[in-house]
Amino acid sequence: MTGRIVTGAHYGLRDWLAQRITAVIMAVYTIIAVSVLLSGHPITYAVWRDLFAQGWMRVATLLFMASLAWHAWVGVRDILMDYIQPAGLRLTLEVGVLLTIAAYVGWTIQILWR
Amino acid sequence: MSEAAVKTVRKPRPKYLNLQALIFEIRLPLPGWISILHRISGALLFVALVWLLWMLDVSLSSEAAFNKIKHYAGLWPVKLSLLVLVWAYAHHFCAGIRYLFLDLDKGLDLETARLTSWIVLGASLALTAFLGWKLW
Repeated sequence: MTGRIVTGAHYGLRDWLAQRITAVIMAVYTIIAVSVLLSGHPITYAVWRDLFAQGWMRVATLLFMASLAWHAWVGVRDILMDYIQPAGLRLTLEVGVLLTIAAYVGWTIQILWR
Repeated sequence: MSEAAVKTVRKPRPKYLNLQALIFEIRLPLPGWISILHRISGALLFVALVWLLWMLDVSLSSEAAFNKIKHYAGLWPVKLSLLVLVWAYAHHFCAGIRYLFLDLDKGLDLETARLTSWIVLGASLALTAFLGWKLW
């Protein structure tokens, strides 16, 4: 069947793509963060505080958390769709997950810019 | 209806999938194990994030608090839990990269898929050992 018109809201493709793009962002952050932490000096409070005092680290960490929020939402929603069949329970859990993710992001901002 | 007609051949009943069957009788192929471990590690990391954020929060609040967290992270149950999370992250990371290549239609044939599954399994365990050794 050629020339088939694909209809729908396309949010399936959007989320699928978003999960992969956010994965790459988090992977890059992880490699940078691990290299910074393993390069050289032992981690004292001063080193730790100064690392998170830098603007780029704060922004990068926030970007990481924003990526994690979207990535985890797609992933956990997939798990709930597979294993939780009753609609009411699934909706309740989905709302719980969304609130948890929002709290994670809010808390991260609070930690980074205190 | 004759007696013979009633005694028709019985169809085998569909197998009921209890936990025992799922664990011991259905042999999940290696790429399947990578897949379910990717899911389990992802869910674990999502749940554990509240604990990790708490530790980050406390460790950045003051020098005394930082040292408290350092001591706390050295206790063996905490250390063990952190190592499990390091493994979960490493596995999710390595398996995720494998899936990105699969999405690009790379490594789809059986032999390569099995090989990359072993690599994911081995690399994530090696990374866990290395980071565990570096951290403590």
